[in-house]
Amino acid sequence: MKRHRKVPFLHVAVDLPKMDIFLQQIINGLVQGSIYALVALGYTMVYGIMGLINFAHGEVVMIGTLVTITVATTLIKAGMPVAVAGLAGLSSAVLACMALGWSLERVAYRPLRNAPRLTPLITAIGMSIVLQNVAMIVWGRNYLTFPHLLPKVNFEFAGAHFTAVQVMIVVVSGLTMGGLVLLVYRTKLGMAMRATAQNPQVASLMGVNSNRVISAAFVIGSALGALAGVMVGTYYEIAHYQMGFMLGLKAFTAAVLGGIGNLAGAMAGGILLGIIEALGAGYIGDLTGGFLGSHYQDIFAFVVLIVVLMFKPSGLFGEKTGDRA
Amino acid sequence: MSRLLTSRSAFGMLLIAALLIALPFVAALGGQAWVRIVNFAILYIFLALGLNIVVGYAGLLDLGYVAFYAVGAYTYALLASPHFGLHWPFWVILPIGAAVACVFGVLLGSPTLKLRGDYLAIVTLGFGEIVRIFMNNLNAPINITNGPQGITLIDPVKIGDFSFAGTTQIFGISLSGPQKYYFLLLALAILVIIINLRLQNSRIGRAWQAIREDEIAAKAVGINTRNLKLLAFAMGASFGGVAGGVFSAMQGFVSPESFSLIESIMILAMVVLGGMGHIPGVILGAVLLTVLPEVLRYGVGPAQMAMFGKMLIDPESLRMLIFGLALVLVMRFKPAGLWPSPERKRELTGGS
Repeated sequence: MKRHRKVPFLHVAVDLPKMDIFLQQIINGLVQGSIYALVALGYTMVYGIMGLINFAHGEVVMIGTLVTITVATTLIKAGMPVAVAGLAGLSSAVLACMALGWSLERVAYRPLRNAPRLTPLITAIGMSIVLQNVAMIVWGRNYLTFPHLLPKVNFEFAGAHFTAVQVMIVVVSGLTMGGLVLLVYRTKLGMAMRATAQNPQVASLMGVNSNRVISAAFVIGSALGALAGVMVGTYYEIAHYQMGFMLGLKAFTAAVLGGIGNLAGAMAGGILLGIIEALGAGYIGDLTGGFLGSHYQDIFAFVVLIVVLMFKPSGLFGEKTGDRA
Repeated sequence: MSRLLTSRSAFGMLLIAALLIALPFVAALGGQAWVRIVNFAILYIFLALGLNIVVGYAGLLDLGYVAFYAVGAYTYALLASPHFGLHWPFWVILPIGAAVACVFGVLLGSPTLKLRGDYLAIVTLGFGEIVRIFMNNLNAPINITNGPQGITLIDPVKIGDFSFAGTTQIFGISLSGPQKYYFLLLALAILVIIINLRLQNSRIGRAWQAIREDEIAAKAVGINTRNLKLLAFAMGASFGGVAGGVFSAMQGFVSPESFSLIESIMILAMVVLGGMGHIPGVILGAVLLTVLPEVLRYGVGPAQMAMFGKMLIDPESLRMLIFGLALVLVMRFKPAGLWPSPERKRELTGGS
């Protein structure tokens, strides 16, 4: 976190920021960043294996949130305990998204494996439009409230406040990412995935069923997306059929920031992006003498991305990519 | 053009010209709204051909093209509206808009030259968003863009005393505002098509295609890849800037909402769906993707009424749903686009 020390330094002329505000922004950024990281993993797994930007991934996350709302709210109304309803909502969201990810690949990407590179990009955009509008037809245009699944408990640490929901988000996403790393580096499926990512032809000569590996990448990525969707829902307590778009965009930015195709890069990129955004939104007004306000929050992600790529053209942890257009 | 105009192709040309002249009058039979849709189709042809230079010829995936369109539109809006009290003539602002957009193109291009493929895509996307966010927020502390409300009362195009807004009588024919803009747009579009055709087989065009196919090989045969990539960005951007200026004048109103990411994506979809790098294909893509949503807008509601007797599904979302499905299906069955260039078609069928 050394780089953020610069913020107070640049700031001396105005007034020293309070340490607790700084810590508060770091915590908020860490929470948001964990969500970005989970979504970014979905992008990066698919990209690593087939070199495709799955533009519809943000929509998968959105479907995850909306499915949870429907299932959990119905069960709570039917008198089920909140914990049971929440778990049922989460698991149905994960299952629905896994099915969705699998069918997305079958319908929109698999038939185009040998097509020109921009073709699957357009089908991805088409699927994203389709999913958004299906969601609008099913769940309507209005904002939906996410049921309270976790008790409202507040903690305080060195002047910064955080909630049980925030702790839960960071812990669960940390555990999930650990699990994913184990899966990719310790299991046979993971080995097959890494082999396919390196060279699909040679991998299939070695007996790897590349179709199954690609499907697995989509299914796992979508499951992570569903989890992230539930987290977004519990955190902001609100959901909407368009919520996936910006979230997906930021998460994709995070994946590229870390070096797309690289698991550690996606996680680091996500968390870094979350923290930079939180700090940026907190301090931009003071830094520019009030010229730019916090509504410029959304540009940080992109400015940081452009600056990083200027010096490291393949992201923070990325390997050199091939010559593609 | 060295090709000899045979009597048959001359006849074809005349026929196309007659159709193009008749089009705004035929469209007006369905109401002025349809003339406006035709105008937008031409405007998008303009934009898609501009993007085609960057994506189709030079192979640089640009997802922020709308930024240049926005820059052109705002340049016109600021120099010809009561917002700053300036009312410069159209023909003065148009080159300024193109130049400003061109500067933005170089500004985006220069730091991103090292990037390849998808990294370039996300950076251009980010650039587009940055431009839009600035337009949305530059109303304080100094009011430059008037924020989300946008700029209104923009001057229409005027040549001497001839204004393009409102209805006028020319040689006994009554021409509405949109119909006059149609002919202006048509003239500009023909100019752009000619520039594109001339570029395609020029030294520059061939160099771009070499970069697209293999950048390292292109460098090895002595092509200055850095300058040519910058040139592609700059040229594409200035087309966007001109289109933006015309858009601004035609609408009389601009706001950041018109320049969102989805707009960039649509223009890219026009290029890819039509047939990347192939001028007739790109034109077809632009026309289809502009007209299809409008046809659906007018068709989806009544069709539901006729089939089920009531509105089952919100027509607006159904229309976009069909549009998305159409994108997927076309690409699924025509991976190289609806009308790809013959060389590209051969490569694809021969290669796989």
